[in-house]
Amino acid sequence: MSVEIRVASIDPIRQTFARTARRFGADKPASRYQEASFDLQPRDNFHYRPVWDPQRDIYDRRRTAIEMRDWDDFRDPRQYYYATYVLNRARMQEAAEKNFEFVDRHGLMATLNAGQVQDIETLLLPLRHLEWAANLNNCFISAYCFGSPMAQGAIYTTTDRLGIAQYLSRIGLLIDGNSGQSLADAKARWLDDPAWQPLRRLTERSLVQKDWFEIFFAQNLVLDGLIHPLLYAPFHSGVGDAGGAYLAMLTEFIKDWSADNQKWVDACLKIAAAESPVNRARLSAWTTAWKAQALDALAPLAQRAAHLDGPERLAAASRALDQRIAKLGFDAA
Amino acid sequence: MNTQDTRRPSGKKLSLKEKYAQMTRGLGWDTTYEPMDKVFDQLGLEGIKIHDWDKWEDPFRLTMDAYWKYQAEKERKLYAVLDAFQQNNGHLNISDARYVNTLKLFFTGITPAEYNAHRLFSMLGRQFPGPGAAIACQMQAVDELRHVQTQIHCISQYNKYFNGLHDHTVMNDRLWYLSVPKSFFEDAISSGPFEQIIAISFALEYLLTNLVFMPFMSGAAYNGDMATVTFGFSSQSDEARHMTLGLECIKFVLEQDPGNAAIIQRYLDKWFWRGYKVLGLVSMMLDYMLPKKVMSWKEAWDIYFVQNGGSLFNDLSRYGLRMPKYWEQSVAEAEHLSHQTWNAFYNFSGAAAFHVWLPSDEDMAWLAEKYPNTFDQHYRPRIEHYRKLQAEGKRYYNPSLPMLCQTCQTPLIFTEMDDPTRTSHRQLEHDGDTYHFCSDGCRDIFAGQPDKYVSAWLPAHQILQGNCVEPGAEAAGDPGADALRYFHVVAGQDNLDYEGSPDEANWLRWKGLDKMPPAAAA
Ligand SMILES: [Fe+2]
Ligand SMILES: [Fe+2]
Repeated sequence: MSVEIRVASIDPIRQTFARTARRFGADKPASRYQEASFDLQPRDNFHYRPVWDPQRDIYDRRRTAIEMRDWDDFRDPRQYYYATYVLNRARMQEAAEKNFEFVDRHGLMATLNAGQVQDIETLLLPLRHLEWAANLNNCFISAYCFGSPMAQGAIYTTTDRLGIAQYLSRIGLLIDGNSGQSLADAKARWLDDPAWQPLRRLTERSLVQKDWFEIFFAQNLVLDGLIHPLLYAPFHSGVGDAGGAYLAMLTEFIKDWSADNQKWVDACLKIAAAESPVNRARLSAWTTAWKAQALDALAPLAQRAAHLDGPERLAAASRALDQRIAKLGFDAA
Repeated sequence: MNTQDTRRPSGKKLSLKEKYAQMTRGLGWDTTYEPMDKVFDQLGLEGIKIHDWDKWEDPFRLTMDAYWKYQAEKERKLYAVLDAFQQNNGHLNISDARYVNTLKLFFTGITPAEYNAHRLFSMLGRQFPGPGAAIACQMQAVDELRHVQTQIHCISQYNKYFNGLHDHTVMNDRLWYLSVPKSFFEDAISSGPFEQIIAISFALEYLLTNLVFMPFMSGAAYNGDMATVTFGFSSQSDEARHMTLGLECIKFVLEQDPGNAAIIQRYLDKWFWRGYKVLGLVSMMLDYMLPKKVMSWKEAWDIYFVQNGGSLFNDLSRYGLRMPKYWEQSVAEAEHLSHQTWNAFYNFSGAAAFHVWLPSDEDMAWLAEKYPNTFDQHYRPRIEHYRKLQAEGKRYYNPSLPMLCQTCQTPLIFTEMDDPTRTSHRQLEHDGDTYHFCSDGCRDIFAGQPDKYVSAWLPAHQILQGNCVEPGAEAAGDPGADALRYFHVVAGQDNLDYEGSPDEANWLRWKGLDKMPPAAAA
């Protein structure tokens, strides 16, 4: 039997979905990122008021003081949808896995000097709990924000932060021989060490905020923007003696992740700031409030890290944050 | 073997469970600068008592690095198939273009529900104070987003060649019959966290998921739809995790406090009936819409609910739980459900985003065999009557708007089980108004939370009140035409009979069947 192939007769009758065509044009095929990311959240005809927020709809624009004409405007410069997100993180974790395995196999943690081990224990491991709070904060954004692009970016950051907390845990398990003692000690520091208390207090304050965009701002811009240069960066560049290079390997995921995540965070803030003077005023007010609190909360840890230039790092981080904020289009001050 | 490290305790090997616990369980802490009940402020809404979140057994001990790795592997394979499907015009390999109508139902009804599940599990991932429970929910939140997106990418190709798939999100928000699944999910998402997880993780994912997934995925396999089969298989391991979460959460809540059982039983009664009513759409899909049939609704209900569900509730009886209220009625109705549902869509096909048709002689022989007690007796005569009218050029349409059940939003299209000539209709007074219901189950659910259900957005009422007009568009004055435009259903393209539709014409042309004599093409 001969099969007649008539390609010309099977032209598509449309290029993409109507919601995608309305946003990006009907005349061309859309990318997978476009079809998978925009205008997915229900908009009309909500049947019931939520018992957990009876004044508002299930999805409601009024859960933040930020205003947008188009909440689906938050395009991710990385164009992550689920598949591209997990493929990217799978590559990153593969590199991280090799690093951890290498350090473990050759017993390289034993080459660290006592000071380096102490830095890990006192400055790095308690950050597991900060990452857990960051996980919850981004999960809050994914739950209660408005529009599918924002919810999508936030759930990826949620799972990222859990991943980071778990990588930090593995560093602890490497130095305590899998006993978990270093993690218990780090938790005790997080809960009781005076140097960590101001940061824990501020973290807990972030957990009771209800404006999801303010949470985004406080966590993903201000806290991350100061904590990464102050507390993570010293480990990326190999502190102290020989063994420092191994610490750089073990924290490489965190460094790469931070650069990647910042692209999304900055894009969202830039879009919100460009929307209106009202938004710019709101973002500036949040800057005033959160940056001062964060600098205060981090000051004792900067002191604790004085041998790693903690105070200078914090001052530089503060200036860098101001410059970043100016580029994003609102006032640092 | 640890030979190097002398200063530190020797590195003992951790089991997967221990490793997961070390890496994860200690992450949370009891807040002291802010009260715990402010940080997790939804836990007191329902009267459920949890004494110790540490008793939560992690249902799947998956660290993030392993999650990324496994899921990326799955995505590589899935997208390789989807790419090939597109390049090779895989949509031409399906059994018949009628099959695509099941995808229309799935894509406008289920895919938006997956989106709501994504957000619902984000809520739970934030609200549960134990990292074990929270992380399980967070992973499901991102999994559900995966399901939305892989379904979109799978359907993307069909949407380029068939009608009715083009505006699934707007249709889900507005189209009358889609208010059945929409209101189901919004009912869940607007509840407190424990009801949310019981409704979706247990009642839907554990108890009823096989009745959604099996019909659509097996239907796809039987009808040559490689794309849907592939995403179905690919999501199976996600679903296995979600089902485990459903079982773990119900056991955890029941074991925490003896007082919880009564609340959970109330949730199960409600969500079983809510879920069962949504499945009416699946019943007609199985019995009437698949060109190549998989199994009947009655068979599916018998295996997946009566047998599997029965043994599950046997298991749960030690906690004081019983089978959900009215389950016997769902069994009695299994002989009628699909026939009455398809009949309603045949009547109202002018306002649907998929096509309908009358069963062929062969189809009717199959239905008679699967439904020996009801089909020839009640439903064949009606179909033959419709056929006769169609042959005379007098195709029957119901010109009215149906009365909708205030709870499940299904039109009142079902009959009493002891008298198939009488419509099942229940009423209840509340605050001086009369509310209408399809069943005792729906009336009871309303009676339990009347203030919630009075606010339901009932499409038929909204059309009659003139609220279904496309924003920014001039009202045409004809409520039917206005409503169609509001639904984003394109008249003459997406709706009405398959025969004579653009879908049919395209299909016959692509398959080279349009040149054949009609008898051979059929
Ligand atoms: Fe799903
Ligand atoms: Fe009902």
